[in-house]
Amino acid sequence: MENKNKISGDIHSHTGVEVARCYQCGKCTAGCVLASEMNFPPSYLMRLLQTGTEENYDRILRSNTIWLCLNCENCLGRCPMEIDIPKIMDYLREQSLNKKKVNRDANPIVSFHKSFLDSIKYTGRLYEVGLIAAFKARTFRLTQDVKLAPKMYLNGKLNLMPEMIKDKKGIGQIFSKTIDNPKTKNK
Amino acid sequence: MKIGFYPGCSLKGSSREYNESVVAIAKALDIELVEIKDWNCCGATAAHSMNEELSLSLPARILALAEAQGLKEVVVPCAACYNRLMVTQHELKDNNKRERVTDIIKMPYSGDLKIINVLQMLETYAMDKIQEKVTKPFAHKVACYYGCLLIRPHKILQFDRVEDPQSMDAMVKLIGGTPINWAFKTECCGAGLSVSRTDLVAKLSGNILKDATERDAKAIIVACPMCQSNLDMRRGAINETLSNPSDIPVIFITQAIGLALGLSPKELGLERHFVNVKL
Repeated sequence: MENKNKISGDIHSHTGVEVARCYQCGKCTAGCVLASEMNFPPSYLMRLLQTGTEENYDRILRSNTIWLCLNCENCLGRCPMEIDIPKIMDYLREQSLNKKKVNRDANPIVSFHKSFLDSIKYTGRLYEVGLIAAFKARTFRLTQDVKLAPKMYLNGKLNLMPEMIKDKKGIGQIFSKTIDNPKTKNK
Repeated sequence: MKIGFYPGCSLKGSSREYNESVVAIAKALDIELVEIKDWNCCGATAAHSMNEELSLSLPARILALAEAQGLKEVVVPCAACYNRLMVTQHELKDNNKRERVTDIIKMPYSGDLKIINVLQMLETYAMDKIQEKVTKPFAHKVACYYGCLLIRPHKILQFDRVEDPQSMDAMVKLIGGTPINWAFKTECCGAGLSVSRTDLVAKLSGNILKDATERDAKAIIVACPMCQSNLDMRRGAINETLSNPSDIPVIFITQAIGLALGLSPKELGLERHFVNVKL
């Protein structure tokens, strides 16, 4: 019972969501566009959380489910109990990262997010060419989308140089106090 | 009339035609857009998937800058940015979170800035003017596609209705178009995984395009750069998932309005699309 309180208690204190309120109607899963690609769909994830066991929690943190979730918010829009599943997903992803339990199939997704955030950290704004280059370097997907680039360039959709903001120090501090702060990793 | 403006990164890069068309129609409708000085990226999906405090601090800096500049209202055309700014403002009503985040950004933040999307800006300030200035009615049958981030989560955004929204449909009617009834108005196109899982995204976007095309829409109208670039630039990969390839263009609501106001396709950036716009 101790674990049960701990897992649902942690979720409640970080997201405000009470997992026990889910009564398994399945509307979230019915409306989830990627449910069929997931290790288990959102309503099943809610049930696993309700069991409160470390074993099931570990299964969730190691699943592709939390990384395939697009946060389209359809589940929340249709939930009769207004349970904020997308917010739980954000929390679970952060936990999965911090505990180094990221599903192997989700590596490209995490690589993309990391490349995206790196780009913002150094320039303050997203530099798309840099993002794609960093993503390719992280995933070795060197040939992906090479056919798109020339047309994007010709159509004026690619900036060859990044846009820099003036207060780069301010942005750097936001990163060093949040995602790059080792102290926040174990909360 | 003057209004604050947060373009966001997409509008400065791969979706610059959205920026061009927003700026062009604002000018035609006598709305002066005042860009937030030294704005940063909102962090988008990457930030909220990886770190909550980062995902609140990046938008908080933008809101704080707008407040410091004396802006009372800011229009955010990108649905993803609009969503992140709105969610952040909502989350920061919590005193603990606000204290933590203002300590991270080291800027004063009051939280009373009004954040609106481009449809709200037009609904509030330009409906009469648009009607008055339509010189070339946009007489086409189109599918208005809202996607996710413009309308969900409803509790926070409080915009339109969560199933079968109508604001874009009303705008299309106003400029002489015919919005169709279809099934995928608010279905997610998957843009968040566009680069990392193109295979899945092609399938999701394929469903959307298939329904619009089969119901004889001549174009899909959007108000989100993620939806637009996904359905437009990824058309090759999407068509590989369809038995009948679709060649209908995906254009921004601001481009459709611009055409109706008599602006040139070039001014509206219509030549930048991957799928040819023949309207």
